[in-house]
Amino acid sequence: MSFFKTITTKPWEKKGVIGGLDPEGAIDAPNEKVALSVFLVVVSVVFSLFTVGYFLRMELPDWQPLSEPGQLWFNTGLLVLSSVLFQWARNIVNSESSKHLTAAFIGGGLFAIFFIAGQLAIWGNLQDAGYYMTSNPANAFYYLMTGLHAVHLLGGLWVWSKSSIKLLSGRETSDVKLSIELCTVYWHFLLIVWLVLFAILSNT
Amino acid sequence: MAYVPLADRDHEMEMHHPKTWIGKWVFCQDHKVIAIQYGSIAIFTGLVGLILSLLFRMQLGFPEAADFIDPSFYYQAVTMHGMIMVIYLLTALFLGGFGNYLIPLMCGARDMVFPFMNMLSVWVFLVSVIILMASFFVTGGPTGGGWTLYPPQTTLAGTPGHDMGIVLMLISLAVFIVATTMGGLNYVVTVLQYRCRGLTMMRLPLSVWGIFVATILALFAFPALLVAAIMMLFDILLGTSFFMPALIESGAPLDHNGGSPILFQHLFWFFGHPEVYIVALPAFGLVSDVLSVHARKNIFGYRMMVWAIIAIGGLSFIVWAHHMYVSGMHPYFGFFFATTTLIIAVPTALKVYNWVLTLWEGDIRLNAPMYFAIGFIFTFIHGGLTGLFLGNVVIDLPLSDTYFVVAHFHMVMGVSPVLVVFAAIYHWYPKMSGRMYHEGMAKLHFWCTFLGTYAIYLPMHYLGFVGVPRRYYALGTTDFLPPSAQDLNTTITIAALFVGASQLLFLINIIWSLRNGPKADPNPWGAASLEWQTPDTPPVHGNWGESLPTVYRWAYDYSVPGAHEDFIPQNTPESEEPTVDEQHFDPDTDESMADV
Repeated sequence: MSFFKTITTKPWEKKGVIGGLDPEGAIDAPNEKVALSVFLVVVSVVFSLFTVGYFLRMELPDWQPLSEPGQLWFNTGLLVLSSVLFQWARNIVNSESSKHLTAAFIGGGLFAIFFIAGQLAIWGNLQDAGYYMTSNPANAFYYLMTGLHAVHLLGGLWVWSKSSIKLLSGRETSDVKLSIELCTVYWHFLLIVWLVLFAILSNT
Repeated sequence: MAYVPLADRDHEMEMHHPKTWIGKWVFCQDHKVIAIQYGSIAIFTGLVGLILSLLFRMQLGFPEAADFIDPSFYYQAVTMHGMIMVIYLLTALFLGGFGNYLIPLMCGARDMVFPFMNMLSVWVFLVSVIILMASFFVTGGPTGGGWTLYPPQTTLAGTPGHDMGIVLMLISLAVFIVATTMGGLNYVVTVLQYRCRGLTMMRLPLSVWGIFVATILALFAFPALLVAAIMMLFDILLGTSFFMPALIESGAPLDHNGGSPILFQHLFWFFGHPEVYIVALPAFGLVSDVLSVHARKNIFGYRMMVWAIIAIGGLSFIVWAHHMYVSGMHPYFGFFFATTTLIIAVPTALKVYNWVLTLWEGDIRLNAPMYFAIGFIFTFIHGGLTGLFLGNVVIDLPLSDTYFVVAHFHMVMGVSPVLVVFAAIYHWYPKMSGRMYHEGMAKLHFWCTFLGTYAIYLPMHYLGFVGVPRRYYALGTTDFLPPSAQDLNTTITIAALFVGASQLLFLINIIWSLRNGPKADPNPWGAASLEWQTPDTPPVHGNWGESLPTVYRWAYDYSVPGAHEDFIPQNTPESEEPTVDEQHFDPDTDESMADV
């Protein structure tokens, strides 16, 4: 039922059970997935506000653009691979199979760890080259936004590690199906966030 | 994986029945216990905020008697009072307290969707309060930069608490936001997914609608505060210049350069204005239910009330800069924000009309909750109208930073929501505790609070008109301020002390009645919504006994023509509706039918 139709019904007119067993307007998805979707909107707001702050701060005269290192392309590739492996794991689990599931799922998380390690390496290189956080607001935003993105990945890796332990200890696929589904959605989301951040950081 | 309706899944649900005392009262996953924990922590923190306000009022009213209050402590008390009341009392109490208690009961659910995360939420909230309170004990004390925490002033050496105080405040806020997000996800998903059979969104009581939309606002608005807090922490701890401009302090230039304090203001108020409605919308919802039940009438214009809640929620995100008219904004910007501010008055006024029309020709029962609810209508109209003054740029400019502003926001988001808090606590107290409170003491509490707060805030409008600035430690001798301004300040302080002391009536009443109050009827007010239909009072863990309720009607079937009683519970099927035997109906003796 559409939102508009829902809020224009006249509840005082109709008596009796409406919607059968299903509460009308409930979303046809597991509760965890609904919660994750709402959470992703919240995270989007956080990143959007940082981005707005970035563009507003950029207008001020002391801004000196940071030329982003080429290694970011390599790191981006790692994150894409991570997302692809998660999608592969999701496809396996959706096809009621379990072949290569552990490899795909654990591989997805490992590539995310490689991505974070790569981001840390770039931080180190930037520090060595004298691009300190305090020397320019563009540098500060770079560290802040990439760091925040990595923190969100770490949160995902915590869930991933719990599910990985379950998989490695031979639990039924059905026990981790939802977790794999949610991890995949989360990873795709963080990939999109990263691509947007990368585009903004590279082009300004 | 498809969604499985709650009613179908009920028998599979894990209830986490507590086995030990600690499991029941400390690390409990029952939404009702969590609600009481949230409420108790919030009220305790609010009492600290109240005492702080009485202390700085002493300085303003009786400066000679309060010579133990120096300017630094004055600013710290004002700042902490503001932040505590807005965030740690009202937000936590409405969402964490009432949200937790009422949402599952009013939705006919056994608990929140994620009980463990719900428990985590209250403990993280407690951590945020502990961090906040810790700032009283660190070097330099808590921050004294004003509750808006504007940089660069908050972080400069001349401001009390500029070292550890502000850092702890920002960390505490960030932790609070984590708690709110965990709670908020629960509330939203519970309302969407855990409604019982037959309970459509438009059959929900307005309390749930108010808390639901306020939670969505909180989820989208608190990130702005989080972003501002993180960037400010970077400025303070790591030496960045997001907000900090080039400054000279004590003759020496600071390391910061080029930051934008206005950027902080935009972020802060992008959170700050929706925050007003994060507090107000649950209050609107709760008061609607209290008014309807005690007026024995369905709420007037239910659909419009829902639309107004949604409209106010949406509009609250495009009015934030009306807090910043004096920050040097472009006149067209000011025009835009003044216009949106006036537009938001439309759905708000609509709600006020509907509350008044709910009372119209109602069979009003003047119980204590109803006293507070009607009192709220007065204070809210009062505070709302002064908001129209301040929403206009030309009127705001001379009134900005005067006591008129203090009077306005205390009436609209201080006194008004607090009156609803009292109305709601008295109203749901019999369900929460299984006991009745002392009615006479509650009414005395109302009159002391209602008249007392008017005695505080009405004179403040006049102080504002004559130009008394807010945030001043002492007025000193100035030509434009008449001596009567100081007399008025003294009067206000006396009223504040009186109101502060009279809150003891409330505390004594609810604590004393827990053991000594007469046993409450399961539905003492004759209310139709689901929370009053539980098999046990107070409801036990799991709420509904063997099976979940089924809903057949909306939550406002009061004084229905032809019905025997003046209310029909939501879970009463049409076939079982008790009706009056027409042959024996005598309109002169049957009160419930007298109006039909």
